[in-house]
Amino acid sequence: MTKTINLTLRIWRQSGPDDKGRLDTYQATDISTDMSFLEMLDVINEKLTLNGQDPIAFDHDCREGICGMCGAVVNGRAHGPEKGTTLCQLHMRHFSDGDTVVVEPWRARAFPIIKDLVVDRSALDIIVQAGGFISAKTGGAPDANTIPVPQAAAEKAMDAAACIGCGACVAACPNASAMLFTGAKISHLALLPQGRPEAARRAINMLKTMDRMGFGNCTNERECEAECPKEISIVNIARMNREVLKASFLSDEK
Amino acid sequence: MQLDAQIPGGPIAEKWDRHLFELKLVNPANKRKYDIIVVGTGLAGGSASATLAELGYNVKTFCIQDSPRRAHSIAAQGGINAAKNYPNDGDSIWRLFYDTVKGGDFRAREANVYRLAQTSNAIIDHCVAQGIPFARDYGGLLANRSFGGAQVSRTFYARGQTGQQLLLGAYSALSRQIADGNVQLFPRREMLDLVVINGQARGIVTRNLINGQLERHDAHAVVLCTGGYGNVFFLSTNAMASNVTAAFRAHKKGAYFANPCFTQIHPTCIPVHGTYQSKLTLMSESLRNDGRVWVPKNPGDKRPSSQIPESERDYFLEEKYPSFGNLVPRDVASRNAKEQCDMGKGVGTTGLAVYLDFADAIKRDSKAMIEKKYGNLFQMYEKITGEDPYETPMRIYPAVHYTMGGLWVDYNLMSTIDGLFVLGEANFSDHGANRLGASALMQGLADGYFIIPYTIGGYLTGAEFTDVTTDHAVFRETENDARSRIDKLLAIDGKRTVDDIHKELGLIMWDYCGMARNNEGLEKARDLIRELRGEFWENITVPGSEKDLNQSLERAGRVADFLEFAELMIIDAMDRQESCGGHFNEAYQTESHEAKRDDENFCYAAAWEYTGKEKEPQVHKETLVFENVELSQRSYK
Repeated sequence: MTKTINLTLRIWRQSGPDDKGRLDTYQATDISTDMSFLEMLDVINEKLTLNGQDPIAFDHDCREGICGMCGAVVNGRAHGPEKGTTLCQLHMRHFSDGDTVVVEPWRARAFPIIKDLVVDRSALDIIVQAGGFISAKTGGAPDANTIPVPQAAAEKAMDAAACIGCGACVAACPNASAMLFTGAKISHLALLPQGRPEAARRAINMLKTMDRMGFGNCTNERECEAECPKEISIVNIARMNREVLKASFLSDEK
Repeated sequence: MQLDAQIPGGPIAEKWDRHLFELKLVNPANKRKYDIIVVGTGLAGGSASATLAELGYNVKTFCIQDSPRRAHSIAAQGGINAAKNYPNDGDSIWRLFYDTVKGGDFRAREANVYRLAQTSNAIIDHCVAQGIPFARDYGGLLANRSFGGAQVSRTFYARGQTGQQLLLGAYSALSRQIADGNVQLFPRREMLDLVVINGQARGIVTRNLINGQLERHDAHAVVLCTGGYGNVFFLSTNAMASNVTAAFRAHKKGAYFANPCFTQIHPTCIPVHGTYQSKLTLMSESLRNDGRVWVPKNPGDKRPSSQIPESERDYFLEEKYPSFGNLVPRDVASRNAKEQCDMGKGVGTTGLAVYLDFADAIKRDSKAMIEKKYGNLFQMYEKITGEDPYETPMRIYPAVHYTMGGLWVDYNLMSTIDGLFVLGEANFSDHGANRLGASALMQGLADGYFIIPYTIGGYLTGAEFTDVTTDHAVFRETENDARSRIDKLLAIDGKRTVDDIHKELGLIMWDYCGMARNNEGLEKARDLIRELRGEFWENITVPGSEKDLNQSLERAGRVADFLEFAELMIIDAMDRQESCGGHFNEAYQTESHEAKRDDENFCYAAAWEYTGKEKEPQVHKETLVFENVELSQRSYK
């Protein structure tokens, strides 16, 4: 049922990378429980704008949980309290009248803050550039049914490929590691026959790049898996480790 | 200017092959001497950037998001069509071509559609080679499903995330080219204008969204892959940043805009529930494979769905269209849903919804099977509405989803400005007045992977270029114009927010230029839009400065263009005194309320020329010739 609630918001404000930043308090009144979290922020921003104040900057685009653009830490949880949910799909019916809600940006050395809740996640793109692809030239492919892929392998590959690159795994990890992100891409491609020829090279290069970009290492905290809005399993990290080990022992790639 | 679509001669099945041979090639060593700008990184832009770079061109790629992996192609759920005929159910290139021309209500260009159908199979081959995890049968071969407007199963899919997987495929190919230094990537950039020198597109002016800097970029050709303009309605299934600015700026510089009134209202979306709502969410058309659409038989019946007995339910699509049933094309399904609601048979608190019911499918196939097919969609529905669609039927209502209109292009995908190419949803060419499901992904990738790489070479070898750098006077002028627009927006200092105006514009468009249109309403809408545009420039308030990340300023620029573009949509809708596909003028309908075309007078693409500020645009007509598919009244009965 639709009802309205009132909340106290504590939101991270930071005018730019060099600003120290602080938590500011806002009252959110008459918030419909059918609103999404971002729509609630829209309402606050409309009020701030009309009062001549600077609205809160936050990244968002598709608002249906697939583009991976949005994300913030809500009451200490990446993308908020609901399991398997992006911030844009988190609805206000999961909050109660009178709650205080603290909203902060992703915090990680590899994700410098740009403004308020907006961070720079280009390090994730650079990891993909290091090998998150199959080198297939356009136009040279054989008929799509030439290589059968066992259904189970295709399903597991899809489970890993569902990653939306939002960075919640990094924000949730005490080491700010990007192992789940990197492992998911390595797994997706390693599970498919088309991805095998470059598997060794891919695993080594992507992992090296992850380290170089300033992400931490995995110490099996499993926070990433718990907070991933696409519920990507840490099995993918184990698979990546196997791929990297196999590559270092058995392949010519270093 | 006389429009020449440059359609090659010969039988339709041979046109593209013949054209490929006749197009001049650029020597491999010379390719690196050409710079190409690609704006947008959806399926069209991502695939074009990757392939052009692979061929050896210097590519500069721009996107509005923080990463080229996020463009709104990512949200396409259901699938991508191809004429593989793997299920052996009678599909062929010819049938895909035929279905698409008919689905578009005979307002698309035959030669382009045939090429699209022809290219479809190579897309699937390439995507599999890239590692797209398409759904597979137990034997390991690719699985297919059905989509609206077709009686064969030709849709390939990756759960309900096909667009995401295809886009990540293009993104991975693009990433490889970035790593190799063949593509220079400019994320968080918005194209503010096109630079035209000596009649050729030679560059763009962009705003760096992080620090507000205006930047000039030069090239030998510009490829726009900037998507559709559905957000003119404010509420649509488009992403929040989707806009018309790049296309409209190019229009003002001389690119004709074709068929802007052809917009697609998708039948299966989650209904509107409040004024604070920022966007609408689509539920994939694939759901109509198993879901049954119904409303109560009696107007005003407000009982919960579970208390309405079978005999008092009206399965209006199955009833009216026995051979296509729930899988009629989108325009037909949408109009029928609206018709039922207009009769007072709508459900839910607003009465603006119909049921999409899976109870029979769950009984027949088991809950587990339905979950496997549509799990993520059901979950999304549950998150947004707080209702469990395994237990109660979904409530759905049509919403703006896709725009068939776009910049006019010839067979080479070049606009009326030399060297300006337009790909994907941003152009107008392949879907006529109504797009069939699972064909947008096909078109975006066909344009990017398999068409532009060849046709751009033909242009580059034939064109004469003078040396142009970003110091050129036209670059300076264009940048100054962009700057003064920004200054003007920041200086208004009025009392309404940009979103507030945008919402009002959206309502005008939805009420008068939405699912059903009439001449009186269109006239009225035109006045209302002009008035609102006046108010926008006098009474909005844009906080912050131009030297900073300023999302309000970004939106203000986009809404300013929507306010001008909306009027062009209305003018186009008034010009087209017939009904076809997504354009339904109430004065032109058959006895059973289907769209009634007027082929004698309106069998053309209307390409509009910008003639100056507050001046009437001028229409140029490209007559559409149907030599291979006979013009007929569409029937899905």
